[in-house]
Amino acid sequence: MASEGHQEHPLSIYLWIWVLLFVISTLSYLVDYIGFEGYLRWSLIIVFMLAKAGLIIAIFMHMIWERLALIYAILAPPLLLSFFIGFMAIEGDYTLLTRLNFFGETNFVAQHHTEEGH
Amino acid sequence: MGSNVTESQTAALPEGLQGLTHDWSSDKQTFYVPWGKAMMWFFLLSDTFIFGCFLTSYMNVRMSTRVPWPNSSEVFALSFGGEPIPLILIAIMTFVLITSSGTMALAVNYGYKQDRAKTAALMFVTAAFGAIFVGMQAFEWTKLIVDEGIRPWGNPMGAPQFGASFFMITGFHGLHVSIGVIYLAVVALKVLKGDYEASGNYEIVEITGLYWHFVDLVWVFIFAFFYLW
Repeated sequence: MASEGHQEHPLSIYLWIWVLLFVISTLSYLVDYIGFEGYLRWSLIIVFMLAKAGLIIAIFMHMIWERLALIYAILAPPLLLSFFIGFMAIEGDYTLLTRLNFFGETNFVAQHHTEEGH
Repeated sequence: MGSNVTESQTAALPEGLQGLTHDWSSDKQTFYVPWGKAMMWFFLLSDTFIFGCFLTSYMNVRMSTRVPWPNSSEVFALSFGGEPIPLILIAIMTFVLITSSGTMALAVNYGYKQDRAKTAALMFVTAAFGAIFVGMQAFEWTKLIVDEGIRPWGNPMGAPQFGASFFMITGFHGLHVSIGVIYLAVVALKVLKGDYEASGNYEIVEITGLYWHFVDLVWVFIFAFFYLW
């Protein structure tokens, strides 16, 4: 759909997305309330987060009604962050190993390993 | 630049991938949106990188510490007379911000319908929800600093980096919300005064809305990675 900035859409779309955002937020809160752990917890958090972010960007910020030129200009650059995140994850791992090497395994570390994710 | 793009100009433009190459080729206007909206998007893009850096550095310090990370579910629990409810304040803050995003979306809608009173009213409601959010954040900070002894350089629960990450990330987000409340109030007042009546151009409401939705968007990521993880 070509539009030149004039973003007028039916009210019902906004109300539906609003309701959906409430539902998804409740679900993501329930992840903590119920107390899911490990990969189930992390994947649920990510799924709900991406769903919410997608709805806000697409509908509330009108991104799906913009032209591809603007969509790519805004959404492609943040993808570079994923490389940065990857590098910093490797770096964080290395720092942890170095610290364990030099400062040794304390009982802190033992706890850290059994309660991963906390 | 783009504010006077006419219907006939965009009607003849190709769509999809062809549209992408067409819009980017040759020395001419690329974005068929009002310049204010394009600039707001670019500002938000740069802000994305700032918050991206904050969250990445948080990930890095959390991964690299030997000391266990404080359990956010317990740190941010509140009890109303009985058992502490995990993360309850943060959940309420999340709902407050989503509610404000909804009222903002409605304000944009009424702006395009040139309904001055409803647009301004909805923007004031949005700003009020934003102010409530900041108030709750002030309460949260006070509780953490005074009652639980969390400092940017250490805390009784575990990894000292917890405080540094928390105050930096939520502080910068709170600053964005505060600025947004002022921004919303200023634009709402101008709408109410009828500053845009002559031109009938209510783009400014949508541009303000972009900023506000972005603030909500950032909170989605903070909620997921800092509070829930």
